[in-house]
Amino acid sequence: MNWPLIRRNGRNGANGNGAIIHMDGITKVYDTGKVKVEALRGIDLSVQKGEFVAIVGPSGSGKSTLMNLIGCLDTPTGGQFDLAGEAVAGLDRDQLADVRNRRVGFIFQNFNLLPQISAFENVEMPMLFGGVSKRERRERACELLERVGLGNRMDHKPTELSGGQMQRVAIARALAMNPDILLADEPTGNLDSASGGDIMTLFKNLWEQGGTLVVVTHDMALANRAGRVVEIRDGLIVRDTANAA
Amino acid sequence: MSISGPLEVFRQLYRNLRSQKLRTFLTTFGIVWGTVAVSLLLAFGQGLHKSMIQSAAGLGDRIVIAWPARTSLPWEGIGKGRRLLMTEDDIGAIKQQALGLAGISSEYAKSFKVHNGNKTMMVDVSGVSPVFGTMRNLIPQEGGRFFDPLDMSDRRRVAFIGDAFAKDFLGEPNPVGKTFMLADSPFLVVGVLKPKEQDSSYSGRDKDKMFIPSTTFRAITGEKTMDDFIYKAGTPEGNKALTLDIRGILAKRLHFDPKDDQALMVWDTTDMFAFMDAFMLGFQLFLGIVGSLTLVVGGIGVSNIMNVVVEERTREIGIKMALGAKRGYVLRQFLLETMTLTGIGGALGLLLSAGICAVFPKFGLTEYVGVPLVSPSVAALTAGVLGFVGLLAGYFPARDAANLDPVIAMKL
Ligand SMILES: Nc1ncnc2c1ncn2[C@@H]1O[C@H](COP(=O)(O)OP(=O)(O)OP(=O)(O)O)[C@@H](O)[C@H]1O
Ligand SMILES: [Mg+2]
Repeated sequence: MNWPLIRRNGRNGANGNGAIIHMDGITKVYDTGKVKVEALRGIDLSVQKGEFVAIVGPSGSGKSTLMNLIGCLDTPTGGQFDLAGEAVAGLDRDQLADVRNRRVGFIFQNFNLLPQISAFENVEMPMLFGGVSKRERRERACELLERVGLGNRMDHKPTELSGGQMQRVAIARALAMNPDILLADEPTGNLDSASGGDIMTLFKNLWEQGGTLVVVTHDMALANRAGRVVEIRDGLIVRDTANAA
Repeated sequence: MSISGPLEVFRQLYRNLRSQKLRTFLTTFGIVWGTVAVSLLLAFGQGLHKSMIQSAAGLGDRIVIAWPARTSLPWEGIGKGRRLLMTEDDIGAIKQQALGLAGISSEYAKSFKVHNGNKTMMVDVSGVSPVFGTMRNLIPQEGGRFFDPLDMSDRRRVAFIGDAFAKDFLGEPNPVGKTFMLADSPFLVVGVLKPKEQDSSYSGRDKDKMFIPSTTFRAITGEKTMDDFIYKAGTPEGNKALTLDIRGILAKRLHFDPKDDQALMVWDTTDMFAFMDAFMLGFQLFLGIVGSLTLVVGGIGVSNIMNVVVEERTREIGIKMALGAKRGYVLRQFLLETMTLTGIGGALGLLLSAGICAVFPKFGLTEYVGVPLVSPSVAALTAGVLGFVGLLAGYFPARDAANLDPVIAMKL
């Protein structure tokens, strides 16, 4: 079955040149009262539709901070950020919620599944917020769980699944609303190398089917399977190279 | 908000409640407990109040009892210590002249030997008017009646007897239609007293007595002067003025000093009711304070649970918002959950209280504390207050959580 990441209504790439992410001088300062931490000090980054970008860098360099900004889970201190051609800065809380729901699929290092409900219900959740009809939710959740190889685990709760299986549920959930871009912050960080490799293969397949992905990883071997590697140090991009295909 | 229809909302709700078993249980338990405590407290208070009023009214509903006695002041040249003798003429004069009189009956009393076959007993007999029955709350059991004006004018030999006496003397609880011998004449039982609570009396408990028409009484005894008479005003507050009026009328007719309150001795039972009303007011006030404190304690309990719950759920709220849930959705879901738990808790509390009140009479204590009566509105109000407190206690932290950036909420 074909399973495109491109939005059905084709709203992506509204600025014409297909840039899903466009960042200009983005800064993020954490103000904890006494100390101010400059986590990002001026990021310029563009990601085109259909790209697979790996973000690497030492611990504390600002990778997660950047990912959270891209995913609209957090707001930047300064700079210009357009997501799919739309300026994020002017959006209110509910509009941001809509953007998170429709445009982005976020995958976390610690999965962030709701532990009390089944895998199926976890995958269904974003569609509930997106107002998808019950029948369509059912079909889509089943289809996605089949696709990540969990067709026989739909009624299991996250606690009854392995780490790799939980992360696959999280991927199915991230894909539920057919987002413009898939974001993953160290998706394999809590997994053994075998399940980590499976997840990476899944991402690669998604990319080949036309999806746009940004993945943070520590593992250079995994990073090299992406199309482009961006390296961050001390809140600045220090390297941005395309991998040979 | 684009969340689909009400059915979907309830499916979600059920899912959340089911997934949070402990908190669902604790919150519901808090509300059930508070509702039961307050409902029962007030139910028992109500029951006690009712039973006190009932047994006080056993003597009669706010009547005055008066005994003609001896003068204690000289008057019109006659020394003190003279015995007052009252006849039906005096009652007739009161009926004509007293203002605001609702009912009056003379009472002639004597002990008689009565015979049923070869069984003989002594019984206190009162000769009274038909109106005496309602004034003194002498309510007949099924199939019986108190005697009527016709019995009175024809001096019929009919009797209304107490329930205990009926059993002792005639061997059955409701021997309407039976005859027995009194003063060598056959008497017909026309009514038997329906058992009642009676906490005070002036000539023995009604259950052991016999009542016959006063005309009949006078005919068989030749008695002309009554032992006492009872009366009441149209309103309970009117009794005081009426008593003054009657004292004046009698003073003129029987020639005694109207200021001589020993000549006519009076027992106004409304005084007893006034005391009881004051007592009950104090008692209800006490119950109200205890109930309010119970509510406060319960409210603190429920709000603590809610607070813990929201803290516990901040991460869940963060995740949901990260997936695109809006603030309104998070808050509404929270409100709906609390309201549902309040409803269920209140209903359970009401049922439990009603159940306890239903089995309570089986313990045989109703004689002392009455039958407790649960008020659904009290239960609803209690559950409502507890739910509202819980809602307030939970709403603000939930709102705060929903106001965080998802990334922060998820980390908490
Ligand atoms: N909520 C916060 N409050 C204050 N400082 C923060 C907060 N989040 C991150 N930081 C700081 O911002 C800097 C960047 O953190 P970030 O989590 O983005 O690093 P990272 O590259 O993801 O590191 P890692 O590889 O360990 O995940 C760090 O110095 C960190 O201490
Ligand atoms: Mg990180």
